Amino acid sequence: MTGTINIDGQNIPFEEGQTIIEAATAAGVYIPHLCHQPGYTPHGSCKLCTVKVNGRNCSACTFPAADGQTVINNSDEQQLDRRRITQMLFVEGNHFCPSCEKSGNCQLQGVAYHLNMLDNHYPHFFENREMDASHPDILIDHNRCIFCNLCVRASQEKDGKNVFGIAGRGINKRLIVNSPSGQLQDSQIDVNDCAAHICPTGAILIKRTGYQVPIGQRIYDHKDISEVALAQENDNGQD
Amino acid sequence: MYEHLETAQNPANLKRVVVDPVSRVEGHGKVTLLLDENNKVQQARLHIVEFRGFEKFIQGRPYWELPVLVQRLCGICPVSHHLAAAKAIDQLVGIDPENLPPAADKLRRLLHFGQVLQSHALHFFHLSSPDLLYGFESDISKRNVIAVLGDYPDIGLQGVKLRKYGQEVIRMVSGKRVHGTGAIAGGMNKALSKEERDYLLQDVDQIIAWADASVALIKKVHTANLPYYDDFATIRSNYLGLVKPNGALELYHGGIRAKNDLGETLVDHFDYCNYNDLIHEEVRSWSYMKFPYLTSIGKANGWYRVGPLARVNNCDLIDTPLAETARVDFKQHSPEAMVHSTLAFHWARLIELLHCAESIKTLLHDPDIMSADLVAKGEKRYEGIGVIEAPRGTLFHHYQVDDNDIVTKANLIVSTTSNNMGMNESVRQVAAEYLSGQELTEPLLNNLEVAIRAYDPCLSCATHAVGKMPLQLELIDAQGDMIDRLVRHSDGSFEH
Repeated sequence: MTGTINIDGQNIPFEEGQTIIEAATAAGVYIPHLCHQPGYTPHGSCKLCTVKVNGRNCSACTFPAADGQTVINNSDEQQLDRRRITQMLFVEGNHFCPSCEKSGNCQLQGVAYHLNMLDNHYPHFFENREMDASHPDILIDHNRCIFCNLCVRASQEKDGKNVFGIAGRGINKRLIVNSPSGQLQDSQIDVNDCAAHICPTGAILIKRTGYQVPIGQRIYDHKDISEVALAQENDNGQD
Repeated sequence: MYEHLETAQNPANLKRVVVDPVSRVEGHGKVTLLLDENNKVQQARLHIVEFRGFEKFIQGRPYWELPVLVQRLCGICPVSHHLAAAKAIDQLVGIDPENLPPAADKLRRLLHFGQVLQSHALHFFHLSSPDLLYGFESDISKRNVIAVLGDYPDIGLQGVKLRKYGQEVIRMVSGKRVHGTGAIAGGMNKALSKEERDYLLQDVDQIIAWADASVALIKKVHTANLPYYDDFATIRSNYLGLVKPNGALELYHGGIRAKNDLGETLVDHFDYCNYNDLIHEEVRSWSYMKFPYLTSIGKANGWYRVGPLARVNNCDLIDTPLAETARVDFKQHSPEAMVHSTLAFHWARLIELLHCAESIKTLLHDPDIMSADLVAKGEKRYEGIGVIEAPRGTLFHHYQVDDNDIVTKANLIVSTTSNNMGMNESVRQVAAEYLSGQELTEPLLNNLEVAIRAYDPCLSCATHAVGKMPLQLELIDAQGDMIDRLVRHSDGSFEH
């Protein structure tokens, strides 16, 4: 089945099985997102891609496109909600962009800039989160994890392993490692695994590679995340 | 000297005068005076009232973050912290300074010359020139850079443009004017492009000319006010800084030279990796800032001064021609082997500014700065020490890491810390010689700030320690009687 949906007054075609975000991306319409990545099972956890479909809030990354849908993506209300969600992600973890090696290449930072996030709005949790530096080549800095589940899906779907999981609920939610000790060094992960490279923030990093890309040449130094995401995701789609 | 004014014998009935905050310096500090009934100064102290804690919170972070993380200590000399940390983490990846690729070494030097140039220009023109041009006790409304721009537009604008040029050098090398990246373990993350080099070259001759003129200006101001300028806040001290193997002025890498007040060499070409054998730090109960001293001389007399005055005093020559001529001129003005005048910090600072401008031109003509050979790698080590001459003086960064590349221990001895005793002595000299016995007014109190300002202190850099501060907690009831007391000593032990 194919058909047309209308996003913010623009008619957009879709193909059978596409989600709203997939149809929008193919048509060059950016819907902010963090946990969505083409080629991975939709997860719908970050809620940044929330759009109004026929008046009802839905996650664009999980909601199937259907003929005749009216979708509101870029309204003041949607953008404010997204800004608040992003602010919550910042205050929940410990994100110190000025010294973070992912700065300039970080999707969370990129989305925050895109949404014109100028302050944290909410009080910081200042939660004491641990680092796992046990692996010789890969570092986990739990301070920066936003629980997007991409590393979990990458390990399962791309690497054929099951290295990561999300444990706990709500405020007790945390990224865990599937190994006897709970440490990354005792897991099956390899530095070349997709799971080691998929993190949209600076939570999972390849050791000793930080700051090698000069300021001015980083992904979001000169381009908004909307432009980068549309180009990358449409490239990936063609692959 | 004036150490007898550090602590008054009977402070209870003395009048307290506070200068808070000390203005036109980086960071937050205050001066307290205790005066008797005749307005005679009985106690004078420079207090650093802010607290940072960098040495503690960088523990647990991966070492490659250090150059970018610790540069946040400061907004004026972040490049110095960036490069001192980079030199330390070079050692963690097995690279000693002599093994750094020539391109990386020269790019770091270029970055550092830009840094010292902009910092010295900021300090002289923006922060100190109002005192020097209008007088120490002038109307407070005149003591700012806006007034300088109005009354002396040529001088003011040259200052602004000199600083801007230094910041542009930093931006071209590290990507941002403040808090860029650039240095990574074993090298640099980018070379200069031809366009970037040509952009910087187009103004460099003008910058050298303005820097040369600034030296002439400070010489004129200083010599026109002799002997006052040679006496005000002046103290005799030891001096410490890096020098090149041939004894020339060095800002990026060299051996440590220390001289005493007579100009006699105490140590020379000392390997800074053994700095622990040379320097210890004393903690005093009334300041967050430590008091370093040369261990061979001891706590009482081993304190020393660092920064432009120490460096220009200590070196045998400067390897750029205009700055060398200025250095010879500077030394000739003093009848002694060492120039002790605290206000001569300004003169020495502008000689260094000229040296930086000349050195930037030399480096911009060196093709190595456009080379792609930027990073070297060696065998992992567990300890790294980086020392550099920051604008304000010798800066030590010392780190230890574990098997997982995580920082387990950090020690920073920041330039301003080394000048702690010097600044306090200068404050006490001014208090004793220029203020004592007078009715204190705001313009008169500015004399204290002029003395501190000469050192160009960075108080936010200097207060980074945690856990070593002696503290005394007293519980006092409504009648004023002490009912309990707990003391923590600087060695961490408690007394109840």
